[in-house]
Amino acid sequence: MTTRTLAEARPASASIGILMAALLGLGIVVLTGHVQADALHSAAHDVRHANGFPCH
Amino acid sequence: MLVRILTSGLIAGAVAGLCAAVLHLTFIQPVLLHAELYESGELVHFGAASGPAARPGFGLDPVRDGLSVIFSMLTYAGFALILVALMALAEGHGAVISVRNGMLWGVAGFVAVLLAPAFSLPPEVPGVAAADILPRQAWWFATAIAAGAAMWLLAFGRSWRAWGAVVVLLLAPHAIGAPEPDSFAGPVPTELGALFAARVLGVGLVAWALLGLLSGLLWSSEDETAS
Repeated sequence: MTTRTLAEARPASASIGILMAALLGLGIVVLTGHVQADALHSAAHDVRHANGFPCH
Repeated sequence: MLVRILTSGLIAGAVAGLCAAVLHLTFIQPVLLHAELYESGELVHFGAASGPAARPGFGLDPVRDGLSVIFSMLTYAGFALILVALMALAEGHGAVISVRNGMLWGVAGFVAVLLAPAFSLPPEVPGVAAADILPRQAWWFATAIAAGAAMWLLAFGRSWRAWGAVVVLLLAPHAIGAPEPDSFAGPVPTELGALFAARVLGVGLVAWALLGLLSGLLWSSEDETAS
């Protein structure tokens, strides 16, 4: 039969792209929301509180 | 694939983050600034010196509020990249992404990132008593990841075992419990704390629904141009 799943049809580069994008997104959220460096914390302070991130 | 995800994610995140920032500055920031007057001791909560309940008028602070807009857009861009990456993953397994179900994706993101952690670690207004930052952050991440996995299984699970895992993943962080302060000694009135938490959740729901809707719209329209 000719059935095959989409997952098998997807090239490896697509999976790498998905992983890269997700890691980049996670990195941004960690930087804006969680890193405790003073300058970053002060600049992002209100947004951290307003998004329910643990702040200080 | 990476470029497609970046394009959809960054646009959706920037727009949703901008809307979140406008709602934040309108509805959350006044409560936050009011609470900071108690945090700094300018207003006092208890006793004869208790300050008036009326909210003082607050003007815009260009630098502070400008930074909030930038960081809100950045934060939602980060969320959007993860959300669109997951959409791409789901699509690879046969799911169909559209504007309409994109909104459901957004609501699922709201549950994972905001509602589930807030259930035991409510959004903190400045000045509330809280446990140490590191254990709270660790618990926050664990809870958001567990709730995110639960949302995925809820949407794509096909067996009772998957749905059982949903219940366990959603309940476990709260059964274990979030880090709590040794004593409740915060100087900020509970009325402000409650209003703040409610506003954060309300604004978050709107921003996440918009984020999902835009992500679904941009991702599905890029699909059409790509094919």
